[in-house]
Amino acid sequence: MPRWVITLISLAVLIGAWEFFGRDINPVFGSYPSAIAAAFVELVRSGQLGAALYESLRPFVVGYGLAIIVGVPLGLVIGRFRAVEAALGIYVTAGYAMPLVALVPLLILWLGLGFAVKAAVVFLMSLFPICINTWLGVRAVPKSLIDVGRAFVASDAVILRRIVLPATLPYIMAGIRLAVGRAVVAMVIAEFFTTISGLGAIIINSANNFDTATMFVPIVVLMVLAIGLNSLIGWVERRVAPWQAEIAGRNE
Amino acid sequence: MGSVDLIDISKTFTLRVGGVPQTVAALDRLSFSVRDGEIVALIGPSGCGKTTALRIAMGLEAASGGTVKVDGVAMTGCGYDRGMVFQHAELLPWLTALENVMFGLEMKGMRGAELRDTAQRYLDLVGLTNSANRRPYQLSGGMQQRVGIARALAIDPKVLLMDEPFGALDAQTRETMQAELIDIHARTKKTILFVTHDLDEAVLLADRVVVMQHGSVQEIMDIPLPRPRGDLEALRGSAPFAETRYRLWRAINATTH
Repeated sequence: MPRWVITLISLAVLIGAWEFFGRDINPVFGSYPSAIAAAFVELVRSGQLGAALYESLRPFVVGYGLAIIVGVPLGLVIGRFRAVEAALGIYVTAGYAMPLVALVPLLILWLGLGFAVKAAVVFLMSLFPICINTWLGVRAVPKSLIDVGRAFVASDAVILRRIVLPATLPYIMAGIRLAVGRAVVAMVIAEFFTTISGLGAIIINSANNFDTATMFVPIVVLMVLAIGLNSLIGWVERRVAPWQAEIAGRNE
Repeated sequence: MGSVDLIDISKTFTLRVGGVPQTVAALDRLSFSVRDGEIVALIGPSGCGKTTALRIAMGLEAASGGTVKVDGVAMTGCGYDRGMVFQHAELLPWLTALENVMFGLEMKGMRGAELRDTAQRYLDLVGLTNSANRRPYQLSGGMQQRVGIARALAIDPKVLLMDEPFGALDAQTRETMQAELIDIHARTKKTILFVTHDLDEAVLLADRVVVMQHGSVQEIMDIPLPRPRGDLEALRGSAPFAETRYRLWRAINATTH
């Protein structure tokens, strides 16, 4: 059976069960798929959802994109050079565990309540998994491949670009995937704690009105968005690192 | 030209055994020479330091003491005068066979059409004309090692250094590769220093065999088989081969006691 068929069956069973049992729950305490779908249609028709999505995605794309642009080179350099690892490694490890929510008030003082602070929160949440994965990936590059570069008298910079970077690509892509989930969470957190806006605003406003079905719409949209991004990254990975799937013996 | 001299090479490591640092001598005043155009095998029991000696000759590891000379000039670090063939080929998995051969040439500064043509010529030399666009995972172990040899030869080194080049291959492929190496040597006249743990291989291929034990030279044995070696299969069954192999076996066995 093809994988997507199994996934579809799984989804149908879950949504079916939710629809069946969800209807018995007080609509304040819970909701069910058909009610959420109706709320979804309503939000789309009023243009609210499209506007909110656009408003949310702007800081998301900027923060997440910057995290990739900064995190990958940083991880490469930390993993490759012992001195840099000794100097910066602890901050990255600590940063990964940083309770970012607690720092949001401070970030607001620095960056205000608008776009910049939201992008910054997304950036900080997604930077560390990308950086750490890249770092670990560099450490996992077989020494023998580095020796190939050295045997042909390649400079450190050339070894980094021509050997370490491609060998680390699968780890980098895994880090970028892991960061999707964190970036989505960061985006909503930012919308809760700064200017209430975007999808986060729909969640808060509908929750305050006990409109649980509407509250679920942005949550489902975000989860679907994360799945979509994840598959997109998987597709990119197969394009940029096709040898990896072959070596691992599975073609997704 | 392409002679290699290892002169008084020492190599010590510091190991922590149960928290106590211990100095271990991997190589102890190791000296031997490889003459221009010669094939020399480096053989000895596991842990005798033969791979370390080869890596020092290549410049991949620094010696704690002593000198490596290529054509009489002292060397530090790697250089295009030496080409390295690794035990497991160590091709870059994201590059095709041709691109792997091109890699070394690019590092050396070659560009453009000449780059591609030269790489293709060396793939032809190792019999992989039609596999240029395959990636390493699409090549058998023997084919991978052929690419490894082509990559090392392409930069036109004076000396080819090989670390158990056929050790990971099955017996039949190994024999084919041995014959091909003899053939390549006859055509290119490269000086070759290779590490092996295979007695037959040492006798079949080498002009001289350096027997190592505990990080130094135990014995250097001449292999009195004529060159060109030609038909290796016939050679394997010949009396001089059996006699030489037995002498080498005794020399190595003497080291383990």
